[in-house]
Amino acid sequence: MSASTPFGVWLRAPVPASPFQARMQALWKAWRRLRGNPPALAGAILLVLLLAVAIFAPLIATHDILAQDLTARLQKPSATHWLGTDDLGRDIFSRVVYGSRITLYIAFLAALIAAPLGLIIGTTAGYLGGWTDTILMRLVDIFLSFPSLILALAFVAALGPGIENAIIAISLAAWPPIARLARAETLTVRNSDYIAAVRLQGASRMRIIVHHVMPMCIPSVIVRITLNMAAIILTAAGLGFLGLGAQPPSPEWGAMLSTGRQFAMNAWWIAAIPGCAILLTSLAFNLFGDGLRDILDPRHG
Amino acid sequence: MSNPPTIEAIGLNISFGHGARTTRAVRDASFRVGQGEAFGLIGESGSGKSTVLRALSGLNEHYEGSLLLHGRELPHRRDKAFFRHTQMVFQDPYGSLHPRKMVNKVLLEPLTIHGLDRPQQRVDEALTAVGLGPSFRYRYPHELSGGQRQRVAIARCLILEPEVLLLDEPTSALDVSVQAEILNLLARLRQERNLTYIMVSHDLAVVAHLCGRVAIMSQGEIVEELPVADLRAGRAEHPYSRTLLAASRSQRPAA
Repeated sequence: MSASTPFGVWLRAPVPASPFQARMQALWKAWRRLRGNPPALAGAILLVLLLAVAIFAPLIATHDILAQDLTARLQKPSATHWLGTDDLGRDIFSRVVYGSRITLYIAFLAALIAAPLGLIIGTTAGYLGGWTDTILMRLVDIFLSFPSLILALAFVAALGPGIENAIIAISLAAWPPIARLARAETLTVRNSDYIAAVRLQGASRMRIIVHHVMPMCIPSVIVRITLNMAAIILTAAGLGFLGLGAQPPSPEWGAMLSTGRQFAMNAWWIAAIPGCAILLTSLAFNLFGDGLRDILDPRHG
Repeated sequence: MSNPPTIEAIGLNISFGHGARTTRAVRDASFRVGQGEAFGLIGESGSGKSTVLRALSGLNEHYEGSLLLHGRELPHRRDKAFFRHTQMVFQDPYGSLHPRKMVNKVLLEPLTIHGLDRPQQRVDEALTAVGLGPSFRYRYPHELSGGQRQRVAIARCLILEPEVLLLDEPTSALDVSVQAEILNLLARLRQERNLTYIMVSHDLAVVAHLCGRVAIMSQGEIVEELPVADLRAGRAEHPYSRTLLAASRSQRPAA
């Protein structure tokens, strides 16, 4: 954006004239910080690509993902099948493309459940203190004392296999660390003067938690959940691998990896391609999450 | 004084901790502050002056004794109406503004809580009253200097149109040149709006500039109350007050 265009001038005006302009300026500064952080930028680009692939999957996929062709099974990557075919002759490229939808669906939905839940419980416990704090945090301790994959496994086993149940199970395992993080952040701000100042304006406790404590916790929660996305994706893939997540013939990456395992010796691409997709996606979320940590702090203006 | 004083403290006792480790921060403090008066509380750190202010503001609900507003005893847990009468300016303007909220939002918040009308107009008026002007509306605290932040904090108090302002060392975190600006602003606002001030400070010059009457605190007790003219002339009775005044004079020989 050149400084000479009217828009560039508007974006750089030293004194914003409207809330919209102030927000746009903050966004512009965030973008400039992201640009100055190559790993984070790489993560962001990968994620945008992944999102585009998921959205435009029908346009990108070259084959029907469910059509079996036993005459063309276990084929090497070639011009017709860019990433080869699996044991039932299905095109792996198309399946990986469609699989991105399932992976992102699981990751975002789990994050969307776990982050607000953790945030609400953590800030409430931290701000109110006393008995509320004790009860909520012991609950968190109980959840944290289970390994998260085992907890997710137990939930899925109880609820039955399937994507929706996998999402519920993953969210249930993902919220406690976020609650603990939000509580720790809350404890650092609850005795600050600006919280005292809103108390002296007559604000209710509910109002203070939602409007004044939560905004201080949200950035670190977003960073944490972005970094957690990698773990969520791996858990989802793990559940798929164990046959407890997405069910065949759905092209879930973990499930694809699981079938590829049997042919790993003579048809490496069946397992390697979805494996690489999982790896790249987790990596992208991790890189981007690290970058977000620097960006979401307005004090570095 | 025929009318009841605006603020009155009777036998105020505040202690922290339990059992054997109890610290009595304030012992049996009593004072009266009339309508439109500027009352100063001075003393060294740890003398309990800020503790008195925090009890008065409603931040600390655990005190013994009575605090009265216009002759009526205040409930320990203050109601919403109280906060429209009494507002507090904090010592550190770097800590008293929410780091993620624009000035605009900071000032709109009290208006929303109390459901006041014409919010946009009131924000502009408050910013103009503290000498900043409406152009500061869409800035974040980190884009402001210490003096500008303290002005925003004062605007946030004024926007509720209180009659009493509690000032907790409002200038001690600022540069000397900015201190004078803020003090002059506070003096002007008091004149324009007929505000009652209760100011806590350890800086005798600051208190002498703004206040008409001071109480000197030592180890949780108010040892002496005297008009500011006596403070300037060094006419104190209590031995502690004399030491304090002497120490302050030796510190700044020019003043």
